[in-house]
Amino acid sequence: MNDRVSNQDTAQTAEASPIVRLDKVNKHFGSLHVMQEIDLSVAHGEVVVIIGASGSGKSTLIRCVNGLEPFQSGRIEVDGKTLIPNGASGKSLQAVRTEVGMVFQQFNLFPHLSIRDNVTLAPRKVRGWTRQQADATADKLLERVGISDQADKYPTQLSGGQQQRVALARALAMEPRLMLFDEPTSALDPEMIGEVLDAMRELVNDGMTMMIVTHEMGFAREVADRVVFVHEGRIVEQGPPNQLFDQPQHERTQAFLARVLKH
Amino acid sequence: MEFNFQFDWQAAIDSLPFLLKGLPYTLLISFVGLAIGFVVGIVFGLMRIGPTRWLRIPAVVYIEVFRGTPVLVQVLFIFYGLPTLLGGPINALTAGIAAIALNAGAYISEIVRGGVQSIERGQREAGLSLGLSPPQTFRYVIWPQALRRMIPALGNQGIVSIKDTSLFSVIGVGELVRQGQVYIANTFTALEVYFMIALLYLAITLSLSLALSLLERKGLVG
Repeated sequence: MNDRVSNQDTAQTAEASPIVRLDKVNKHFGSLHVMQEIDLSVAHGEVVVIIGASGSGKSTLIRCVNGLEPFQSGRIEVDGKTLIPNGASGKSLQAVRTEVGMVFQQFNLFPHLSIRDNVTLAPRKVRGWTRQQADATADKLLERVGISDQADKYPTQLSGGQQQRVALARALAMEPRLMLFDEPTSALDPEMIGEVLDAMRELVNDGMTMMIVTHEMGFAREVADRVVFVHEGRIVEQGPPNQLFDQPQHERTQAFLARVLKH
Repeated sequence: MEFNFQFDWQAAIDSLPFLLKGLPYTLLISFVGLAIGFVVGIVFGLMRIGPTRWLRIPAVVYIEVFRGTPVLVQVLFIFYGLPTLLGGPINALTAGIAAIALNAGAYISEIVRGGVQSIERGQREAGLSLGLSPPQTFRYVIWPQALRRMIPALGNQGIVSIKDTSLFSVIGVGELVRQGQVYIANTFTALEVYFMIALLYLAITLSLSLALSLLERKGLVG
């Protein structure tokens, strides 16, 4: 598999035992080629942060990993299961999603369910846990993200930051082996960004494997093992945060960083 | 010249026991018809947004046909027309229930479609991303929210269908209007009797509105 992993020395760790491997993945939205020959591996326990301008294809990339976006060619392996082009993955799709958690920009909590039931729904229906078992786990997770006293409320009664922490707890309740974050703080008021990043930091410290799309460059530098820069559907450059942020090699990366790091 | 605009309250009250004999039929046709229509509406509404055109096309045909023709024509067709095809008579009550079910079913299909399509895409994605299967995502995430949004439109349809049952007096179902016509034929108290009939319909439809608004308010907590 070494021959496929391109242009970086930092992928060595990823090659040791990748939990995610994208192999020449291509995706088109109509005439727009949003993912072009994407090769990317993520090792167990690795934190990969994906950066790039809006519309560069970075969200599409992680949405492909749990099959929310179909792709047209190439293959994606996640935790030993293979996703194939054109949404034809069948059973392995649900198997992948069961092991991969995702946090969305818009939280996407279920407004008709209490906070606790938001967290317990999937463990009960997918894992077959009893209500007591699921409730106990939910209460532990909600405490961990600092929402324990709100378990009986409904999503709309919580602030954005609280909702996003519930969304994190909800994903963790399935005991995922990989967590995907699609701009988790982009819809938040500035004063709430910190609490969500804190919860994510804790997850990093626990050794969770994570793929994070974010515009929070300070956070990226702090937690990432590797930063991947995506431009117009291609991985232009990747490397450890120090290298990528301080000595970007590619002019596209330099131009992007010059814009976002100014403020 | 002398006018007599006298409204005879006694005559109105006297007609009530006879009119009330029609109430069970009105309620039976309305509620059985709507219950079946709701099931029909769910089936065709979901087919309408189904994954293949082999589901979508029959649903569109059904919806357009039953939404685009009058209930009166539908019930006359079922009661007088279908027997010649089937080779046997159809009970008037059955014909009435069938007409309400099919007609309301067409409208409810569109209500179901609108309700389901109104749920944000992110809800489905969140359900799927947690490992729920597509049917589980529909059942536990999409449908409960869609149903809640459908309540006002379903209430509307319920009221329309209840009133539509008054047309079935033409096929001889002994519902409210039919009972009234029979009573008036003997007493010539049209003013009082139709007034009472209108009140009875209003009582039914207002009860339904009230029940639904309570349901809706209860639902708003989520």
